[in-house]
Amino acid sequence: MNWLKILALGLWILALVQPGLVLGAQELMVSAAASLTNAFQEIGQRFEQQHPGTKVIFNFAASGYLLQQIAQGAPVDVFASADQKTMNQAQEKELIVAASRKNFVSNTLVLIVPQDSRLVLTGPKDLVLLQVKRVAVGNPATVPVGRYTQEALTQAGLWESLQPKLIMGESVRQVLDYISRAEVDAGLVYATDAAIAQGKVKTAAEVQGHQPIVYPVALVAASQKQALGQEFLNFLSAPESVAILSKYGFGLP
Amino acid sequence: MDYSLYSKPLLLTLRVAGLATIFVAMTGVPLAYLVSRRNFWGREWLDAFCTLPLVLPPTVLGYYLIVLWGRHGWLGHWLYQTWGISLMFTWQGAVLASALVSFPLVFKSARAAFEEVDRNLENVARTLGLAEGAVFWRVSLPLALRGIVAGTMLAFARAMGEFGATLMVAGNIPGKTQTLSLAIYAAVQAGNDTLALTLVVLTSGACILILVTSGKILTLSLK
Repeated sequence: MNWLKILALGLWILALVQPGLVLGAQELMVSAAASLTNAFQEIGQRFEQQHPGTKVIFNFAASGYLLQQIAQGAPVDVFASADQKTMNQAQEKELIVAASRKNFVSNTLVLIVPQDSRLVLTGPKDLVLLQVKRVAVGNPATVPVGRYTQEALTQAGLWESLQPKLIMGESVRQVLDYISRAEVDAGLVYATDAAIAQGKVKTAAEVQGHQPIVYPVALVAASQKQALGQEFLNFLSAPESVAILSKYGFGLP
Repeated sequence: MDYSLYSKPLLLTLRVAGLATIFVAMTGVPLAYLVSRRNFWGREWLDAFCTLPLVLPPTVLGYYLIVLWGRHGWLGHWLYQTWGISLMFTWQGAVLASALVSFPLVFKSARAAFEEVDRNLENVARTLGLAEGAVFWRVSLPLALRGIVAGTMLAFARAMGEFGATLMVAGNIPGKTQTLSLAIYAAVQAGNDTLALTLVVLTSGACILILVTSGKILTLSLK
């Protein structure tokens, strides 16, 4: 039974040592708004190619949720949010390096419907029609797209009257998913998300009536890798990153 | 003090869990009786299939439910085309999710309880002229009742705590499908710690009450 004891000892040592093994590579943890998923994954790959030995780990979710994680001590190095409000909250709580904060892209809000929908919507005001039973929007408490939606619909005087029809998503990608699967009749997402799901959704109209959608990015104050994080921030303004972002439909800040 | 922030999720949770438990009791107990009394081909496979929701992660169950009942799902699209009903984002969908996850608890306990019942007592009832249905209602069920009730209470507690599958099928709509566990999740995400803490204490209290009661019943049945 000696080999069994050696095996057990070996596994035990491995379990203890394992965290250390993982931290070996130079890793950069980037928490970014869900709408940046596809563009950032590509940018991350380019960054890794240009910085051999570096690994970029992405964490995509609603900006409000990401802020909660950082506030509770998540080991994040860079934070990119989909609205100024979340970044302002981060700055107030001194979670970011204020000097590193900059705007890097802009986006637009659109009203979309499932691909096989027979509804013809010309704008948000058509959401009050009886045929529209369910409308997917982001949760304004934590999701920036939900806040822009609330602004736009409030300005159009529709927010209160549409309440019974609203299905709140926990991130813009969840809202997009609901519409792609035709579980709802319509929804509001960013133009960049509508572009990703082409073939499953179609854009009905662009929606105005909200503050400009400008995404900020910043270094997290508690990060141990600020130099590397700053390089990533600089890389976001490089021509190839700008090209990738505009390929996915993002605009200049 | 906006009590509806607590009362709405609580009442909704009780309603969803209550209906789910009634549904699984109505289906689980007869099925368990059948499985415990008749030896048919594939019996253990059926038992395993009925126990599966206990083992599978709730998100897997949620996904299966979407595939079945989503608007483009196998059964869902027929339901939508025939009656214009969609179970997604409704409290009925939440009942379905909760029923699915708590079914094994009733099924397993009921089967074990029925197997504990002395067959001789049933046979005596038959020799005295009782029809099969009456044997079930007047002999088997009363003798197995304590075990079944304990299992049902556990199922109720499980249905109350259901999160993953409910979130995927019913969404997190305040007032309509936001059960206690979903309300806590939303409160934590929004950074509303007071609300989260109150809801957590409320839920914990309710679950402890259920478990203590079901434990007492179980000890009574073992005497």
